[in-house]
Amino acid sequence: MAVDTLLERITDYASRPDPYPLYAELREAGVARQTDGSYLVGTYYDIVALLHDPRLSSDRRNRAAPHRDPDVEKEEQQRPSFIRLDDPEHHRLRSMAMRPFGPPHSPGRIDAIRDEITRITGELVESLPGRGRIDVVDDFAYPLPVTVICRLLGVPREDEPVFREWSATIVDSLDIRPGEDPGEREAAGRRARERMGRYLVDLAERRRGRPGDDMLTAFVNDPGPYGEFSREELAATATLLLVAGHETTVNLITNGVLTLLRHPDQLDLLRRDPGLLPGAVEELLRYEPPVHMLQRTPLTRLDIAGTTVPEGVPVVLVPASGSRDPKRFRDPDRFDLTRTDNQHLGFGSGIHLCYGAPLARLEAQAALGALSPRLATATLLEDPPPYRHSAVLRGPRHLPVEL
Amino acid sequence: MPGDPREGRIVVVGASLAGLRAAETLREEGFTGSLTVVGDEPHPPYDRPPLSKQVLLGTAAADATGLPMRREADAEWRLGVRATGLDPLGKRVLLADGDSLPYDRLLIATGTRARPWPHPEQAALDGVFTLRTREDAGILAERLAAGPRRVLVIGAGFTGSEIASACRERGVEVTVAERGPGPLVGALGGTLAKLAAGMQRAHGVDLRCGVTVTALRGRNGRFTGADLSDGSRVDADLCVVALGALRNVEWLADAGLAAGPHGVACDAGCRAFTMYGIVTDDVFVAGDVSRFPHPLFEYQMLSLEHWGNAVAQAEVAAHNMVSPGPLRRPHLTVPVFWSSQFGFTIKSVGVPAFSDQVTIAQGTLAERRLVAVYGYRGRVTAAVTLDMAKWLEHYRTLIETAAPFPPGPGAAGGRPLVTDFPIPSDVPDARGLSHGPTVALTGHLPDRRLTVVRSAG
Repeated sequence: MAVDTLLERITDYASRPDPYPLYAELREAGVARQTDGSYLVGTYYDIVALLHDPRLSSDRRNRAAPHRDPDVEKEEQQRPSFIRLDDPEHHRLRSMAMRPFGPPHSPGRIDAIRDEITRITGELVESLPGRGRIDVVDDFAYPLPVTVICRLLGVPREDEPVFREWSATIVDSLDIRPGEDPGEREAAGRRARERMGRYLVDLAERRRGRPGDDMLTAFVNDPGPYGEFSREELAATATLLLVAGHETTVNLITNGVLTLLRHPDQLDLLRRDPGLLPGAVEELLRYEPPVHMLQRTPLTRLDIAGTTVPEGVPVVLVPASGSRDPKRFRDPDRFDLTRTDNQHLGFGSGIHLCYGAPLARLEAQAALGALSPRLATATLLEDPPPYRHSAVLRGPRHLPVEL
Repeated sequence: MPGDPREGRIVVVGASLAGLRAAETLREEGFTGSLTVVGDEPHPPYDRPPLSKQVLLGTAAADATGLPMRREADAEWRLGVRATGLDPLGKRVLLADGDSLPYDRLLIATGTRARPWPHPEQAALDGVFTLRTREDAGILAERLAAGPRRVLVIGAGFTGSEIASACRERGVEVTVAERGPGPLVGALGGTLAKLAAGMQRAHGVDLRCGVTVTALRGRNGRFTGADLSDGSRVDADLCVVALGALRNVEWLADAGLAAGPHGVACDAGCRAFTMYGIVTDDVFVAGDVSRFPHPLFEYQMLSLEHWGNAVAQAEVAAHNMVSPGPLRRPHLTVPVFWSSQFGFTIKSVGVPAFSDQVTIAQGTLAERRLVAVYGYRGRVTAAVTLDMAKWLEHYRTLIETAAPFPPGPGAAGGRPLVTDFPIPSDVPDARGLSHGPTVALTGHLPDRRLTVVRSAG
């Protein structure tokens, strides 16, 4: 089939269970111009180069017509979060967000929450029935990261029904669906972001002047050298952290359980030697990553692997394909949790390298470590399971398993 | 013909970063023969970069920087004994304790040592230090913790600047004396040296450039201050001599190898040259003590005092020591180094000294976050980042592909998409500096003639 329909075929819902043959076709095609004028890149070394190339922008406002967001000129346009900004704004906001979360200012934060993650994971495993049918997503993979991110940010756990719908709408708005007018989805996403932002800023404001060890409290009470977030910045940042802090990890854990059940020999290895857990999570991030595509915009005409890409068009990078590139990984389609040479693209690379990576690693290790003893006698009830719609943040909607 | 290269006897002289990584790689690559690692320090391999940073700040103990072992090297460690000579014909390494070690293949990884203050009686004053070893760092950290009134640092290369940074962070007054026009000028050129000078002064360093220290003064055997060439005098309780490094090559004086002040010359496959420029096949070199040709820098001989180079070159050397000719690899890694000082992280890729121009490609001087790109005759040869290290990968690619300099427009950064004007990079002759550059281009000078003197008997 023609390579200019690859993006359509990859994002087609029917491809969700197994997009990997299409990725192989993409790597074969090189830099593939799509019928809508966007470009698709799926080879490891090209993706790494582009993620470090300062001529590629993460800011959608740099798109040229007809790829420009129609609302871009409007007054009420939302402030992008740092994931959709370039330096120096990106650096300023990410540094401010990092201040209560990681080094250099808070090097102990993730380590300090380790025990709590273990406890939450243990309780979730305890509450699973001894035998019978469970849904790995609803009963385990979703509640764990939600509880953890609520705890970290300082969002009441019981408010989950409040933000669940917003979060789903935001994730939906991030999807790539060629041929479909994104207007309605993006408008819905904007409204959801606005509501979630207002909700989180209100939470933060109530903590002003009060002690607390959560991040919202730190954001309003402990400004660093860059000063305080504006209201809009705080809304955008907190929304990003809450959504990205659980939507991706749910998929990582669920993909992990699914992959282990599909590879009983590897599950067996892991059960015998829990020391393999960190490597197993890295291999999952390579083999079945939660984030499949990243979008960038060239600020100038670029030569990518011999193809000239014009300024202002969407460039869609497919790190999930790069992590399966045989030019980089030996036996790339093999799930091998003892793999050592594993510099995968599961967390991206460059300045936008996943902010929450240390947390995601810890959560996935705890989740798979606690659950794997129960998986020995478990069977998949649906294979492939039903997937969520998104091709960008890919993962099962449910994962029914018989214990 | 020798048999399987994965068998036999290998001796590694030097038990620091390069020696350790080579030993591990030899086993990784299937070497099953006997392996001996000789080191003159009594300690198992340890990491040096923290010695001028965390250790001086008191956040890490001097003896807590041991290098992690990647795997069991299964080697005999001869630690605390110095190699004193090499008999290349008899294939033996001579040791200070009178022992000698026979080898089939040898790796020279003896590194460097701190260049001492040239007047021994002044250097012997209590309170005068150099910084290279764990012991040096331990005692210096202790003295800094005791709260000296002022520290004099001689030489504003990376080590000297990091020491000055540690002093300021501890609230200790510090004077830095540098013969060149600015700090780090040997590695980064004059333009960035101006920025470095500004950083030092903004952090309260009493920085004196264009001066030399003519004498260290003492009373009752204790250091009290120093005379400078401009006629001024600095009163201080401690003095750190940071005049760069000397290659540990003296033990090779009679070995007939191309060994000298710039190190031991080897080919791109890490095989040592003899003094006649003939390549050996059983003596290999890696790490700070080596000098090697690099195709990206017009095959000039490079000698690098970089952590990353020691690792990469040791791995190539080890691979080549146990691989037959056609499977051998060249050491082509683009040089990379980093330094942290005055709250900033400086990282460099390529060889900034190999340049005639420099431009700011990303960030700004005002923000104190930037990428400076260096060019030589119209192509990119190096980049230095100040707190923007995540972009280095891009510039490494530009260097590897000999991309045109100045780099084209289009940097994301919210400012006009043009690079600033390229200006001269202003790399000085390293001979005019207090500190040795940590990268030296050591090409043979055509005006020097080789004279071979054969000793009689």
